[in-house]
Amino acid sequence: MTVQIVSIVCATVAVSVGAIVPAFAEGRAIVAAMEAIARQPEAQGPLSRTLFVGLAMVETMAIYCLVIALVLLFANPFVR
Amino acid sequence: MTPEASPLATQVLFRVGPAEISRPVVTTWAIMAAIGVASWAGTRKMSVRPGRWQTVLEGLVDVLSQQIRDVVRRDPEPFLPLIGTLFMFIAAANLSALLPGVKPPTASVETPAALALIVFFSVHFYGIRAQGLGRYLKSYLEPNPLLLPLNILSELTRTFSLMIRLFGNVMSHELIVGIVVALAGLLVPLPFMALTILVSLVQAYIFSILATVFVGAAAGAVEKG
Repeated sequence: MTVQIVSIVCATVAVSVGAIVPAFAEGRAIVAAMEAIARQPEAQGPLSRTLFVGLAMVETMAIYCLVIALVLLFANPFVR
Repeated sequence: MTPEASPLATQVLFRVGPAEISRPVVTTWAIMAAIGVASWAGTRKMSVRPGRWQTVLEGLVDVLSQQIRDVVRRDPEPFLPLIGTLFMFIAAANLSALLPGVKPPTASVETPAALALIVFFSVHFYGIRAQGLGRYLKSYLEPNPLLLPLNILSELTRTFSLMIRLFGNVMSHELIVGIVVALAGLLVPLPFMALTILVSLVQAYIFSILATVFVGAAAGAVEKG
């Protein structure tokens, strides 16, 4: 296999794994926030702010995978 | 794939001496000028009965200081210039993607890197100003001197993740809109472009909230995040 094919496969794997796992994690975070808001609707403001920040933290992992995939595809140091 | 089509490459427009002036830099200058002129025009003739622009700016400052107050739980005054400028600039830069022919400067890695560096240095500035140099440096030895490498590492990685988060989100959204435009012509990209507004504002909000948390933690106002 050439470096190009390996890079494409690795980019695909990185994006798929990096999409599945943060999706599950974000789902769990949203479920927890929903339950908390249902129990205490008056705490919605602080809860949604924390939820947003937490989701951004989780989503960073997915973005890392995306950036690595894009580096493999567009700025691969082993392909010239 | 040509380098111009790559989402990671930057396009050099012209040179000033040895410095290459790239497209994001020119866009940044335009955004700075637009924000500056808008703020100057809004605050030129301030009165007790505010006009339209003054009302908009007062509302913006009010909301920003209320958000900062909610996070740091103290007077938001020392943090407001930094955080407010960051939010306004990032929001304007992200939203500039909606103008035809403009590529948002935050979609190339240099601008988020510069913004993250600003946050990195302001953390130390506010920390030293609030606690004094000795106490601030000592906070790196908390709760145990053995954790000093980890504290320094977390300082660096969170700056890095601040940069990659903004860059990755804006750039990937640009890429997705570009792919959809290339695939299907006229009306299909519209929902994605509407989503641009949401993504832009949420990313600007998250960047400034995280910057508030970091700066506030260094100033001893909130728990270290």
